[in-house]
Amino acid sequence: MSAILEVKNLTVRYERHVAVENVSFSIEEGDYAAIIGENGSGKSTLVKSLVGLIPPFAGEIVMHGMEKREIGYLPQSTIVQKDFPASVTEVVLTGCLGNERRIGPFYTKKQKKTAEENMELLGITPFAKKSFRALSGGQQQRVLLARALCATKKLLILDEPASVLDPVVTHDLYTVLHKLNRERGITVLMVSHDIHCALEQAKTILHMGRSLLFCGTADAYYDTELYHRMTGSCGEHFANHGHMGHAALEHHHAEHQNGDNQTERGESTCM
Amino acid sequence: MHVTELFAQLGVLFSYVFIKRALVVGILVSLCAALLGINLVLRRFSMIGDGLSHVGFGALALAAVLGFSPLAAAIPIVIFAAFFMLWLNEKGHMQGDAAIAILSSSALAIGVLITACSGGMNTDLNSYMFGSILAISREDMILSIAVSAVVLILYAVCYHPLFSITFDENFAAATGTKASLYNMILSLLTALTVVTGMRLMGTLLISPLIIFPALTAMRVCKSYRGVVICSMITSVVCFILGLILSFLFSLPTGATIVVVNLLCFGLFSLYGAIVK
Repeated sequence: MSAILEVKNLTVRYERHVAVENVSFSIEEGDYAAIIGENGSGKSTLVKSLVGLIPPFAGEIVMHGMEKREIGYLPQSTIVQKDFPASVTEVVLTGCLGNERRIGPFYTKKQKKTAEENMELLGITPFAKKSFRALSGGQQQRVLLARALCATKKLLILDEPASVLDPVVTHDLYTVLHKLNRERGITVLMVSHDIHCALEQAKTILHMGRSLLFCGTADAYYDTELYHRMTGSCGEHFANHGHMGHAALEHHHAEHQNGDNQTERGESTCM
Repeated sequence: MHVTELFAQLGVLFSYVFIKRALVVGILVSLCAALLGINLVLRRFSMIGDGLSHVGFGALALAAVLGFSPLAAAIPIVIFAAFFMLWLNEKGHMQGDAAIAILSSSALAIGVLITACSGGMNTDLNSYMFGSILAISREDMILSIAVSAVVLILYAVCYHPLFSITFDENFAAATGTKASLYNMILSLLTALTVVTGMRLMGTLLISPLIIFPALTAMRVCKSYRGVVICSMITSVVCFILGLILSFLFSLPTGATIVVVNLLCFGLFSLYGAIVK
Protein backbone atom coordinates (compact mmCIF):
# COMPACT_ATOMS: atom_id res chain seq x y z
CA MET A 1 0.00 0.00 0.00
CA SER A 2 1.20 3.46 -0.80
CA ALA A 3 0.01 6.93 0.01
CA ILE A 4 -2.54 8.42 -2.35
CA LEU A 5 -2.69 11.79 -0.63
CA GLU A 6 -0.01 13.56 1.35
CA VAL A 7 -0.52 16.75 3.30
CA LYS A 8 2.59 18.52 4.54
CA ASN A 9 2.48 21.35 7.07
CA LEU A 10 -0.73 22.72 5.58
CA THR A 11 -2.01 26.07 6.83
CA VAL A 12 -5.21 27.55 5.37
CA ARG A 13 -6.53 31.02 6.03
CA TYR A 14 -9.85 32.73 5.51
CA GLU A 15 -8.95 36.40 5.19
CA ARG A 16 -6.88 36.90 8.32
CA HIS A 17 -8.42 34.05 10.27
CA VAL A 18 -6.37 30.86 10.46
CA ALA A 19 -8.81 27.97 9.94
CA VAL A 20 -6.32 25.14 9.52
CA GLU A 21 -2.89 25.32 11.13
CA ASN A 22 0.19 23.30 10.30
CA VAL A 23 -1.53 20.01 9.54
CA SER A 24 0.41 17.01 8.23
CA PHE A 25 -0.86 13.54 7.43
CA SER A 26 -1.04 11.07 4.62
CA ILE A 27 -3.84 8.80 3.47
CA GLU A 28 -3.02 5.36 2.16
CA GLU A 29 -4.66 3.87 -0.89
CA GLY A 30 -7.75 1.90 0.09
CA ASP A 31 -8.13 3.58 3.47
CA TYR A 32 -11.42 4.76 4.94
CA ALA A 33 -10.71 7.88 6.97
CA ALA A 34 -13.00 10.20 8.87
CA ILE A 35 -12.26 13.77 9.83
CA ILE A 36 -14.04 14.69 13.03
CA GLY A 37 -14.04 17.70 15.31
CA GLU A 38 -16.32 20.34 16.73
CA ASN A 39 -18.07 23.02 14.69
CA GLY A 40 -15.60 25.56 13.39
CA SER A 41 -12.64 23.24 13.89
CA GLY A 42 -11.53 23.56 10.27
CA LYS A 43 -12.85 20.22 8.97
CA SER A 44 -14.64 21.63 5.94
CA THR A 45 -11.90 24.15 5.26
CA LEU A 46 -9.33 21.36 5.24
CA VAL A 47 -11.43 19.40 2.76
CA LYS A 48 -12.03 22.44 0.54
CA SER A 49 -8.32 23.00 0.44
CA LEU A 50 -7.68 19.35 -0.44
CA VAL A 51 -9.99 19.52 -3.46
CA GLY A 52 -8.50 22.83 -4.56
CA LEU A 53 -11.29 25.27 -3.68
CA ILE A 54 -9.21 27.24 -1.18
CA PRO A 55 -5.50 27.68 -1.91
CA PRO A 56 -3.14 26.77 0.95
CA PHE A 57 -1.54 29.67 2.79
CA ALA A 58 1.48 27.49 3.57
CA GLY A 59 2.48 23.87 3.12
CA GLU A 60 1.54 21.53 0.32
CA ILE A 61 -0.90 18.89 -0.78
CA VAL A 62 0.56 16.11 -2.91
CA MET A 63 -1.53 13.60 -4.85
CA HIS A 64 0.08 10.33 -5.90
CA GLY A 65 -1.02 8.62 -9.11
CA MET A 66 -3.85 11.05 -9.77
CA GLU A 67 -4.60 14.68 -10.40
CA LYS A 68 -6.57 16.94 -8.10
CA ARG A 69 -9.48 17.14 -10.51
CA GLU A 70 -9.81 13.36 -10.39
CA ILE A 71 -11.05 13.51 -6.81
CA GLY A 72 -14.69 12.50 -6.43
CA TYR A 73 -16.01 15.31 -4.26
CA LEU A 74 -19.35 15.38 -2.50
CA PRO A 75 -19.79 18.90 -1.14
CA GLN A 76 -22.36 19.97 1.44
CA SER A 77 -25.68 20.51 -0.27
CA THR A 78 -26.54 24.09 -1.16
CA ILE A 79 -29.77 26.06 -1.05
CA VAL A 80 -29.65 26.45 -4.83
CA GLN A 81 -30.16 22.70 -5.28
CA LYS A 82 -33.41 22.64 -3.33
CA ASP A 83 -35.62 23.80 -6.18
CA PHE A 84 -33.27 23.14 -9.07
CA PRO A 85 -34.94 21.74 -12.18
CA ALA A 86 -32.57 19.05 -13.41
CA SER A 87 -33.03 15.36 -14.13
CA VAL A 88 -30.98 12.77 -12.24
CA THR A 89 -29.12 11.84 -15.43
CA GLU A 90 -28.20 15.46 -16.11
CA VAL A 91 -26.76 15.85 -12.61
CA VAL A 92 -24.77 12.60 -12.72
CA LEU A 93 -23.36 13.44 -16.16
CA THR A 94 -21.76 16.65 -14.87
CA GLY A 95 -19.39 14.36 -12.96
CA CYS A 96 -17.94 13.35 -16.33
CA LEU A 97 -17.07 16.90 -17.41
CA GLY A 98 -13.64 16.88 -15.77
CA ASN A 99 -12.32 13.63 -17.20
CA GLU A 100 -12.78 14.36 -20.87
CA ARG A 101 -12.24 17.85 -22.27
CA ARG A 102 -14.84 18.44 -24.90
CA ILE A 103 -16.52 21.50 -26.30
CA GLY A 104 -20.17 21.58 -27.27
CA PRO A 105 -23.62 20.65 -26.04
CA PHE A 106 -23.27 16.85 -26.31
CA TYR A 107 -21.67 14.17 -24.14
CA THR A 108 -19.61 11.34 -25.62
CA LYS A 109 -20.80 7.73 -25.58
CA LYS A 110 -18.10 6.93 -23.05
CA GLN A 111 -19.29 9.65 -20.70
CA LYS A 112 -22.88 8.46 -20.98
CA LYS A 113 -21.77 4.89 -20.26
CA THR A 114 -19.80 5.95 -17.17
CA ALA A 115 -22.84 7.80 -15.86
CA GLU A 116 -25.14 4.84 -16.51
CA GLU A 117 -22.77 2.41 -14.76
CA ASN A 118 -22.51 4.58 -11.67
CA MET A 119 -26.26 5.12 -11.53
CA GLU A 120 -26.71 1.36 -11.73
CA LEU A 121 -24.10 0.83 -9.02
CA LEU A 122 -25.93 3.13 -6.62
CA GLY A 123 -29.38 1.85 -7.52
CA ILE A 124 -30.73 5.11 -8.87
CA THR A 125 -31.36 3.96 -12.45
CA PRO A 126 -35.14 3.83 -11.79
CA PHE A 127 -35.09 7.59 -11.07
CA ALA A 128 -32.90 8.46 -14.06
CA LYS A 129 -35.49 10.70 -15.66
CA LYS A 130 -36.95 12.07 -12.43
CA SER A 131 -36.30 15.59 -11.27
CA PHE A 132 -33.55 15.96 -8.69
CA ARG A 133 -35.69 18.29 -6.57
CA ALA A 134 -38.46 15.67 -6.31
CA LEU A 135 -36.20 13.06 -4.69
CA SER A 136 -35.84 12.35 -0.97
CA GLY A 137 -32.69 13.46 0.86
CA GLY A 138 -31.21 9.97 0.76
CA GLN A 139 -31.87 9.57 -2.95
CA GLN A 140 -30.35 12.98 -3.63
CA GLN A 141 -27.17 12.00 -1.80
CA ARG A 142 -26.96 8.84 -3.90
CA VAL A 143 -27.26 10.94 -7.04
CA LEU A 144 -24.48 13.25 -5.87
CA LEU A 145 -22.40 10.21 -4.93
CA ALA A 146 -22.91 8.78 -8.43
CA ARG A 147 -21.79 12.13 -9.83
CA ALA A 148 -18.68 12.03 -7.64
CA LEU A 149 -17.92 8.47 -8.81
CA CYS A 150 -18.05 9.67 -12.44
CA ALA A 151 -15.22 12.05 -11.57
CA THR A 152 -13.00 9.52 -9.80
CA LYS A 153 -11.83 5.94 -9.79
CA LYS A 154 -9.66 6.24 -6.72
CA LEU A 155 -10.53 8.81 -4.07
CA LEU A 156 -13.83 10.04 -2.68
CA ILE A 157 -13.90 13.09 -0.43
CA LEU A 158 -17.21 13.70 1.30
CA ASP A 159 -18.18 16.76 3.34
CA GLU A 160 -20.79 15.82 5.95
CA PRO A 161 -22.69 13.49 3.61
CA ALA A 162 -25.18 12.51 6.33
CA SER A 163 -25.90 15.91 7.85
CA VAL A 164 -29.32 16.19 6.19
CA LEU A 165 -30.35 12.54 6.47
CA ASP A 166 -32.40 10.61 9.00
CA PRO A 167 -30.74 7.67 10.82
CA VAL A 168 -32.09 4.89 8.60
CA VAL A 169 -31.04 6.60 5.39
CA THR A 170 -27.70 7.51 6.95
CA HIS A 171 -27.09 3.83 7.61
CA ASP A 172 -27.88 3.02 3.98
CA LEU A 173 -25.44 5.65 2.78
CA TYR A 174 -22.67 4.31 5.01
CA THR A 175 -23.34 0.79 3.74
CA VAL A 176 -22.86 2.04 0.19
CA LEU A 177 -19.63 3.83 1.12
CA HIS A 178 -18.34 0.73 2.90
CA LYS A 179 -19.09 -1.36 -0.19
CA LEU A 180 -17.33 1.08 -2.49
CA ASN A 181 -14.34 1.09 -0.18
CA ARG A 182 -14.10 -2.66 0.22
CA GLU A 183 -15.22 -3.99 -3.14
CA ARG A 184 -13.95 -1.29 -5.46
CA GLY A 185 -10.90 -0.30 -3.45
CA ILE A 186 -11.91 3.36 -3.50
CA THR A 187 -10.20 5.42 -0.82
CA VAL A 188 -12.74 7.33 1.26
CA LEU A 189 -12.09 10.52 3.20
CA MET A 190 -15.17 11.81 4.97
CA VAL A 191 -15.95 14.77 7.18
CA SER A 192 -18.43 13.80 9.88
CA HIS A 193 -20.02 15.57 12.78
CA ASP A 194 -21.32 12.28 14.13
CA ILE A 195 -18.45 10.82 16.10
CA HIS A 196 -20.08 7.44 16.77
CA CYS A 197 -20.86 6.81 13.11
CA ALA A 198 -17.37 7.92 12.15
CA LEU A 199 -15.77 5.50 14.63
CA GLU A 200 -18.02 2.68 13.51
CA GLN A 201 -17.28 3.23 9.83
CA ALA A 202 -13.76 4.48 9.47
CA LYS A 203 -10.44 2.72 9.89
CA THR A 204 -8.58 5.95 10.43
CA ILE A 205 -9.62 8.97 12.47
CA LEU A 206 -8.37 12.53 12.04
CA HIS A 207 -9.49 14.85 14.80
CA MET A 208 -9.30 18.51 13.88
CA GLY A 209 -9.23 21.45 16.23
CA ARG A 210 -7.69 24.00 13.91
CA SER A 211 -4.54 21.88 14.07
CA LEU A 212 -4.61 18.11 13.89
CA LEU A 213 -5.23 16.90 17.45
CA PHE A 214 -5.27 13.20 16.69
CA CYS A 215 -4.55 10.92 13.81
CA GLY A 216 -4.50 7.18 14.13
CA THR A 217 -6.71 4.12 14.04
CA ALA A 218 -10.27 4.26 15.26
CA ASP A 219 -9.35 1.77 17.99
CA ALA A 220 -6.59 3.98 19.30
CA TYR A 221 -8.95 6.94 19.34
CA TYR A 222 -11.22 5.30 21.95
CA ASP A 223 -8.46 5.58 24.54
CA THR A 224 -7.82 9.25 24.07
CA GLU A 225 -8.85 12.18 26.22
CA LEU A 226 -10.40 13.68 23.08
CA TYR A 227 -12.80 10.78 22.71
CA HIS A 228 -13.96 11.06 26.30
CA ARG A 229 -14.32 14.79 26.00
CA MET A 230 -16.32 14.54 22.76
CA THR A 231 -18.67 11.84 24.01
CA GLY A 232 -18.77 12.75 27.68
CA SER A 233 -18.13 9.08 28.62
CA CYS A 234 -15.86 7.97 31.47
CA GLY A 235 -13.41 5.78 29.72
CA GLU A 236 -15.35 2.71 28.65
CA HIS A 237 -13.91 1.07 25.63
CA PHE A 238 -16.58 0.53 23.02
CA ALA A 239 -14.32 -0.85 20.34
CA ASN A 240 -16.14 -3.63 18.61
CA HIS A 241 -14.26 -3.83 15.38
CA GLY A 242 -10.77 -5.00 14.88
CA HIS A 243 -9.68 -3.61 11.55
CA MET A 244 -6.34 -1.92 11.46
CA GLY A 245 -5.63 1.44 10.01
CA HIS A 246 -3.86 1.45 6.70
CA ALA A 247 -2.79 5.00 6.70
CA ALA A 248 0.70 5.92 7.63
CA LEU A 249 0.01 9.07 9.46
CA GLU A 250 2.45 11.76 10.10
CA HIS A 251 1.60 14.17 12.79
CA HIS A 252 3.90 16.84 14.00
CA HIS A 253 1.71 19.20 15.81
CA ALA A 254 0.02 17.72 18.80
CA GLU A 255 2.17 14.84 19.89
CA HIS A 256 2.31 16.21 23.41
CA GLN A 257 -1.43 15.68 23.73
CA ASN A 258 -1.81 12.11 22.66
CA GLY A 259 1.41 10.82 21.29
CA ASP A 260 1.29 7.63 23.35
CA ASN A 261 -1.94 6.42 21.87
CA GLN A 262 -1.13 7.04 18.29
CA THR A 263 1.69 4.61 17.81
CA GLU A 264 0.48 1.76 19.96
CA ARG A 265 -2.21 0.29 17.77
CA GLY A 266 -2.62 -0.61 14.17
CA GLU A 267 -0.10 0.35 11.57
CA SER A 268 -0.41 4.03 12.17
CA THR A 269 2.87 5.72 12.57
CA CYS A 270 2.31 9.21 13.78
CA MET A 271 5.44 11.13 14.36
CA MET B 1 -63.00 42.19 -34.79
CA HIS B 2 -63.55 39.72 -37.63
CA VAL B 3 -60.95 37.13 -38.42
CA THR B 4 -60.44 38.46 -41.91
CA GLU B 5 -60.00 41.96 -40.55
CA LEU B 6 -57.46 40.66 -38.06
CA PHE B 7 -55.44 38.97 -40.79
CA ALA B 8 -55.59 42.13 -42.88
CA GLN B 9 -54.25 44.10 -39.91
CA LEU B 10 -51.45 41.56 -39.37
CA GLY B 11 -50.64 41.80 -43.06
CA VAL B 12 -50.24 45.54 -42.67
CA LEU B 13 -48.20 45.04 -39.49
CA PHE B 14 -45.61 42.81 -41.08
CA SER B 15 -45.30 44.98 -44.18
CA TYR B 16 -43.59 47.75 -42.19
CA VAL B 17 -39.81 47.72 -42.33
CA PHE B 18 -39.43 48.83 -38.71
CA ILE B 19 -41.71 45.98 -37.57
CA LYS B 20 -39.62 43.47 -39.49
CA ARG B 21 -36.49 44.83 -37.82
CA ALA B 22 -38.16 44.76 -34.41
CA LEU B 23 -39.23 41.19 -35.05
CA VAL B 24 -35.72 40.03 -36.01
CA VAL B 25 -34.01 41.81 -33.12
CA GLY B 26 -36.77 40.90 -30.67
CA ILE B 27 -36.74 37.19 -31.43
CA LEU B 28 -32.95 37.02 -31.14
CA VAL B 29 -32.90 38.99 -27.89
CA SER B 30 -35.75 36.88 -26.51
CA LEU B 31 -33.75 33.71 -27.19
CA CYS B 32 -30.58 35.07 -25.59
CA ALA B 33 -32.42 36.49 -22.59
CA ALA B 34 -34.34 33.26 -22.02
CA LEU B 35 -31.14 31.18 -21.99
CA LEU B 36 -29.13 33.45 -19.72
CA GLY B 37 -32.12 34.00 -17.44
CA ILE B 38 -32.08 30.32 -16.49
CA ASN B 39 -28.54 30.51 -15.11
CA LEU B 40 -29.01 33.93 -13.55
CA VAL B 41 -32.25 33.00 -11.78
CA LEU B 42 -30.98 29.63 -10.56
CA ARG B 43 -27.74 31.13 -9.27
CA ARG B 44 -29.62 33.92 -7.49
CA PHE B 45 -28.02 36.48 -9.82
CA SER B 46 -31.29 38.07 -11.01
CA MET B 47 -30.18 41.37 -9.52
CA ILE B 48 -27.25 41.53 -11.94
CA GLY B 49 -29.51 41.58 -15.02
CA ASP B 50 -31.62 44.33 -13.50
CA GLY B 51 -28.60 46.32 -12.36
CA LEU B 52 -26.96 46.10 -15.76
CA SER B 53 -29.95 47.62 -17.53
CA HIS B 54 -29.75 50.67 -15.26
CA VAL B 55 -26.06 51.00 -15.99
CA GLY B 56 -27.02 50.70 -19.65
CA PHE B 57 -29.28 53.71 -19.30
CA GLY B 58 -26.44 55.79 -17.89
CA ALA B 59 -24.21 54.61 -20.72
CA LEU B 60 -26.79 55.53 -23.37
CA ALA B 61 -27.26 59.00 -21.87
CA LEU B 62 -23.51 59.55 -21.85
CA ALA B 63 -23.19 58.32 -25.45
CA ALA B 64 -26.01 60.63 -26.58
CA VAL B 65 -24.33 63.68 -25.02
CA LEU B 66 -20.88 62.84 -26.38
CA GLY B 67 -22.29 62.04 -29.80
CA PHE B 68 -21.20 58.39 -29.93
CA SER B 69 -23.24 55.60 -31.45
CA PRO B 70 -25.46 54.54 -28.53
CA LEU B 71 -25.08 50.75 -28.72
CA ALA B 72 -21.38 50.72 -29.51
CA ALA B 73 -20.69 53.01 -26.56
CA ALA B 74 -22.94 51.13 -24.16
CA ILE B 75 -21.48 47.67 -24.83
CA PRO B 76 -18.01 48.18 -23.25
CA ILE B 77 -19.41 50.15 -20.30
CA VAL B 78 -22.03 47.52 -19.50
CA ILE B 79 -19.51 44.67 -19.90
CA PHE B 80 -17.21 46.40 -17.43
CA ALA B 81 -20.12 46.89 -15.04
CA ALA B 82 -21.05 43.20 -15.39
CA PHE B 83 -17.57 42.07 -14.34
CA PHE B 84 -17.59 44.54 -11.49
CA MET B 85 -20.97 43.28 -10.24
CA LEU B 86 -19.80 39.69 -10.47
CA TRP B 87 -16.81 40.60 -8.36
CA LEU B 88 -19.04 42.38 -5.84
CA ASN B 89 -21.31 39.36 -5.68
CA GLU B 90 -18.44 36.95 -5.08
CA LYS B 91 -17.26 39.08 -2.19
CA GLY B 92 -20.31 37.89 -0.31
CA HIS B 93 -19.25 39.36 3.02
CA MET B 94 -19.47 42.97 1.86
CA GLN B 95 -23.18 42.76 1.06
CA GLY B 96 -22.89 42.19 -2.66
CA ASP B 97 -26.58 42.65 -3.41
CA ALA B 98 -26.70 46.03 -1.68
CA ALA B 99 -23.58 47.12 -3.56
CA ILE B 100 -25.18 46.14 -6.86
CA ALA B 101 -28.34 48.07 -5.98
CA ILE B 102 -26.30 51.18 -5.17
CA LEU B 103 -24.25 50.88 -8.35
CA SER B 104 -27.27 50.47 -10.61
CA SER B 105 -29.39 53.24 -9.13
CA SER B 106 -26.40 55.59 -9.13
CA ALA B 107 -25.81 54.88 -12.82
CA LEU B 108 -29.47 55.63 -13.52
CA ALA B 109 -29.34 58.87 -11.54
CA ILE B 110 -26.16 60.02 -13.26
CA GLY B 111 -27.77 59.21 -16.62
CA VAL B 112 -30.77 61.40 -15.76
CA LEU B 113 -28.50 64.24 -14.60
CA ILE B 114 -26.37 64.10 -17.75
CA THR B 115 -29.52 64.29 -19.86
CA ALA B 116 -31.01 67.16 -17.87
CA CYS B 117 -27.79 69.19 -18.04
CA SER B 118 -27.54 68.71 -21.80
CA GLY B 119 -30.94 70.07 -22.68
CA GLY B 120 -33.65 68.15 -20.85
CA MET B 121 -35.36 64.82 -21.34
CA ASN B 122 -35.75 64.41 -25.08
CA THR B 123 -37.82 61.80 -26.81
CA ASP B 124 -34.75 59.73 -27.55
CA LEU B 125 -34.09 59.20 -23.88
CA ASN B 126 -37.73 58.41 -23.25
CA SER B 127 -37.42 55.65 -25.79
CA TYR B 128 -34.30 54.35 -24.01
CA MET B 129 -36.26 54.06 -20.79
CA PHE B 130 -39.40 52.40 -22.08
CA GLY B 131 -38.23 51.03 -25.43
CA SER B 132 -39.41 51.75 -28.91
CA ILE B 133 -39.82 49.55 -31.92
CA LEU B 134 -39.26 52.64 -34.04
CA ALA B 135 -35.82 53.17 -32.56
CA ILE B 136 -34.10 50.27 -34.32
CA SER B 137 -32.03 51.44 -37.24
CA ARG B 138 -30.54 49.17 -39.89
CA GLU B 139 -27.14 49.44 -38.17
CA ASP B 140 -28.70 48.55 -34.83
CA MET B 141 -30.26 45.50 -36.39
CA ILE B 142 -27.00 44.29 -37.92
CA LEU B 143 -25.15 44.86 -34.64
CA SER B 144 -27.91 43.05 -32.75
CA ILE B 145 -27.75 40.06 -35.08
CA ALA B 146 -23.97 39.85 -34.69
CA VAL B 147 -24.08 40.17 -30.90
CA SER B 148 -26.93 37.66 -30.56
CA ALA B 149 -25.05 35.19 -32.73
CA VAL B 150 -22.03 35.49 -30.41
CA VAL B 151 -24.23 34.97 -27.35
CA LEU B 152 -26.08 31.96 -28.76
CA ILE B 153 -22.94 30.24 -30.04
CA LEU B 154 -20.98 30.81 -26.82
CA TYR B 155 -23.92 29.59 -24.78
CA ALA B 156 -24.19 26.41 -26.83
CA VAL B 157 -20.45 25.77 -26.52
CA CYS B 158 -20.50 26.33 -22.73
CA TYR B 159 -23.84 24.62 -22.13
CA HIS B 160 -22.64 21.80 -19.87
CA PRO B 161 -20.05 23.71 -17.82
CA LEU B 162 -22.60 26.50 -17.28
CA PHE B 163 -25.12 23.92 -16.07
CA SER B 164 -22.52 22.33 -13.82
CA ILE B 165 -21.45 25.58 -12.12
CA THR B 166 -25.07 26.66 -11.79
CA PHE B 167 -26.05 23.44 -10.06
CA ASP B 168 -22.99 23.13 -7.85
CA GLU B 169 -20.13 25.57 -8.24
CA ASN B 170 -17.94 23.84 -5.64
CA PHE B 171 -18.17 20.44 -7.28
CA ALA B 172 -17.58 21.91 -10.72
CA ALA B 173 -14.51 23.81 -9.54
CA ALA B 174 -13.14 20.79 -7.65
CA THR B 175 -13.39 18.54 -10.70
CA GLY B 176 -11.54 20.90 -12.99
CA THR B 177 -14.19 23.22 -14.45
CA LYS B 178 -12.85 26.75 -14.39
CA ALA B 179 -15.75 28.25 -12.47
CA SER B 180 -14.47 31.83 -12.47
CA LEU B 181 -13.97 31.72 -16.25
CA TYR B 182 -17.54 30.55 -16.81
CA ASN B 183 -18.86 33.12 -14.34
CA MET B 184 -17.16 35.77 -16.46
CA ILE B 185 -18.61 34.32 -19.66
CA LEU B 186 -22.06 34.39 -18.06
CA SER B 187 -21.60 38.04 -17.08
CA LEU B 188 -20.28 38.95 -20.51
CA LEU B 189 -23.20 37.29 -22.29
CA THR B 190 -25.68 38.97 -19.95
CA ALA B 191 -24.14 42.37 -20.60
CA LEU B 192 -24.35 41.82 -24.37
CA THR B 193 -27.97 40.68 -24.16
CA VAL B 194 -29.02 43.58 -21.96
CA VAL B 195 -27.46 46.12 -24.32
CA THR B 196 -29.01 44.59 -27.44
CA GLY B 197 -32.44 44.32 -25.85
CA MET B 198 -32.36 47.83 -24.35
CA ARG B 199 -33.46 49.69 -27.48
CA LEU B 200 -36.45 47.49 -28.03
CA MET B 201 -37.62 46.85 -24.47
CA GLY B 202 -36.28 49.91 -22.74
CA THR B 203 -33.76 49.89 -19.90
CA LEU B 204 -36.52 49.65 -17.33
CA LEU B 205 -38.22 46.67 -18.95
CA ILE B 206 -35.37 44.48 -20.23
CA SER B 207 -34.77 42.56 -17.01
CA PRO B 208 -38.24 40.91 -16.98
CA LEU B 209 -37.40 39.53 -20.42
CA ILE B 210 -34.44 37.79 -18.77
CA ILE B 211 -36.16 36.61 -15.61
CA PHE B 212 -39.72 35.69 -16.67
CA PRO B 213 -39.15 32.91 -19.24
CA ALA B 214 -36.88 30.95 -16.87
CA LEU B 215 -39.30 31.27 -13.96
CA THR B 216 -42.23 30.34 -16.20
CA ALA B 217 -40.50 27.23 -17.56
CA MET B 218 -39.46 26.12 -14.07
CA ARG B 219 -43.09 25.91 -12.97
CA VAL B 220 -43.68 22.91 -15.22
CA CYS B 221 -40.36 21.44 -16.43
CA LYS B 222 -38.54 18.76 -14.50
CA SER B 223 -35.23 18.64 -16.35
CA TYR B 224 -32.72 21.36 -17.13
CA ARG B 225 -32.95 20.68 -20.84
CA GLY B 226 -36.73 20.92 -20.58
CA VAL B 227 -36.41 24.30 -18.89
CA VAL B 228 -33.99 25.50 -21.59
CA ILE B 229 -36.27 24.52 -24.48
CA CYS B 230 -39.47 25.65 -22.77
CA SER B 231 -38.13 29.05 -21.75
CA MET B 232 -36.84 29.71 -25.28
CA ILE B 233 -40.26 28.89 -26.74
CA THR B 234 -42.29 30.90 -24.19
CA SER B 235 -39.91 33.82 -24.53
CA VAL B 236 -40.29 34.04 -28.31
CA VAL B 237 -44.05 33.38 -28.25
CA CYS B 238 -44.63 36.03 -25.58
CA PHE B 239 -42.53 38.50 -27.55
CA ILE B 240 -44.40 37.99 -30.83
CA LEU B 241 -47.77 38.02 -29.07
CA GLY B 242 -46.84 41.18 -27.19
CA LEU B 243 -45.66 42.88 -30.37
CA ILE B 244 -48.88 42.04 -32.22
CA LEU B 245 -51.11 43.12 -29.31
CA SER B 246 -49.24 46.38 -28.88
CA PHE B 247 -49.77 47.13 -32.57
CA LEU B 248 -53.44 46.14 -32.65
CA PHE B 249 -54.36 48.13 -29.55
CA SER B 250 -51.76 50.91 -29.86
CA LEU B 251 -50.00 50.00 -26.61
CA PRO B 252 -46.35 50.56 -25.64
CA THR B 253 -44.47 47.50 -26.95
CA GLY B 254 -42.06 46.80 -24.09
CA ALA B 255 -44.74 47.04 -21.42
CA THR B 256 -47.16 44.84 -23.42
CA ILE B 257 -44.50 42.14 -23.81
CA VAL B 258 -43.78 42.15 -20.08
CA VAL B 259 -47.49 41.85 -19.23
CA VAL B 260 -47.90 38.95 -21.69
CA ASN B 261 -44.94 37.29 -19.94
CA LEU B 262 -46.63 37.87 -16.59
CA LEU B 263 -49.86 36.24 -17.81
CA CYS B 264 -47.89 33.32 -19.21
CA PHE B 265 -46.13 32.92 -15.86
CA GLY B 266 -49.52 32.92 -14.12
CA LEU B 267 -50.89 30.24 -16.45
CA PHE B 268 -47.84 28.01 -16.05
CA SER B 269 -47.89 28.43 -12.26
CA LEU B 270 -51.52 27.41 -12.18
CA TYR B 271 -50.82 24.39 -14.38
CA GLY B 272 -47.80 23.46 -12.25
CA ALA B 273 -49.86 23.68 -9.06
CA ILE B 274 -52.67 21.54 -10.49
CA VAL B 275 -50.36 18.85 -11.88
CA LYS B 276 -48.45 18.59 -8.60
